[in-house]
Amino acid sequence: MRIIKRKTYRALVGPVWGENPISIQMLGICSALAVTVQLKTAIVMSISMTFVVAFSSLIVSMMRNWVPRNIRILVELAVIATLVILADEFLRAFYYDISKQLSVFVGLIITNCIVMGRAEAFALSNPPHLAFIDGIGNGAGYGSVLLAVAFIRELFGSGKLFGVKIIPESFYASGYEDMGFMLLAPAAFIIIGLLVWLQRYLTGD
Amino acid sequence: MGDLSNIFLNSVFVGNILLAYFLGMCSFVAVSKNIDTAIGLGFAVIFVLTITTPVNWLIYHFLLAPGALSWAGFPDMDLSYLKLVMFIVVIATMVQVIEMMIDRFSAALYSSLGVFLPLIAVNCAILGTSLFMVERNHTFLESTVFGFGSGVGWMLAIVLMAAIRMKLRYADVPKGLEGYGITMIVTGLMAMAFMLFSGITL
Repeated sequence: MRIIKRKTYRALVGPVWGENPISIQMLGICSALAVTVQLKTAIVMSISMTFVVAFSSLIVSMMRNWVPRNIRILVELAVIATLVILADEFLRAFYYDISKQLSVFVGLIITNCIVMGRAEAFALSNPPHLAFIDGIGNGAGYGSVLLAVAFIRELFGSGKLFGVKIIPESFYASGYEDMGFMLLAPAAFIIIGLLVWLQRYLTGD
Repeated sequence: MGDLSNIFLNSVFVGNILLAYFLGMCSFVAVSKNIDTAIGLGFAVIFVLTITTPVNWLIYHFLLAPGALSWAGFPDMDLSYLKLVMFIVVIATMVQVIEMMIDRFSAALYSSLGVFLPLIAVNCAILGTSLFMVERNHTFLESTVFGFGSGVGWMLAIVLMAAIRMKLRYADVPKGLEGYGITMIVTGLMAMAFMLFSGITL
């Protein structure tokens, strides 16, 4: 019982910090950068991602003993694609504005290396409940980096958080200006680089 | 002609699939350590993109788009929600074919690309290009040029990056920033340089 608990715990917490998919394993960076101009899109993206990775791991893990090895990639892709379509259609139906802003990036969860990587590396060799927890952990790890980047970019780029002005008017009056650079693509790369540096420094690695 | 060359220039430089839209980062970071593998993977991506984008265009416009099935007698059919699945299946199949071809004709390339070939199937750049092609309403010819241009842009970025990283080996990078961290920052600087191309038209 104890071992199972420890394994479950590791599967959940490991990916959030020590084995973070984005900042340590360098997976799934593609979508991480494009949706981080605002916190709102980052949160929606993280939730969609967690949903997809958790359930795809669960399903792949449940099927792992029946799927022949040489067609496993196609099967995994089919599972992932179905889940992503669900998420995409859901967003389009209920949160149309955000879905428009996220543009193709929800669809691109299909090709996010995290989902595929977890299916290949973890779900294929672990029982369903562990795979599910591992998926949630990875979604959370992905989300935490996304939120951190989006926080910095939205705060310094447009002076807002969740679309609400945070930087007081008096700052602007005394000469403060929003950094337009933060909203452009290069800033995202540089912030991720610096975050990785910070994390490695903190973990003493 | 002007339109096509503009689409090409735009997809290579200003709207570089990697530096402006962040697509294909995973393999970019993983493979850019060595210039030869970077060139090999770059060509593979150009090849896959040039084939899959027009094929996906055909599939989208004759099977999936709203009203596309009117030639078969179903003018009200809208299967566009299936595009994600269709695109990814086409891409996965193409990648499998290319993998077999490389395995047959160039063992050296096959061994050096190793695990990354199957990863092209999940390279966001490939699917992303197809999705952008739908979103931007390209024609068939335009989508071919767009696919090719995106591939060239991606290859340009990864080869440049590999060259920079080879030089970086001799640089005195702060501990902790080595490897991944500095790669991202250098990519950011490169993206900045590529932004200067905006506004260029032929």
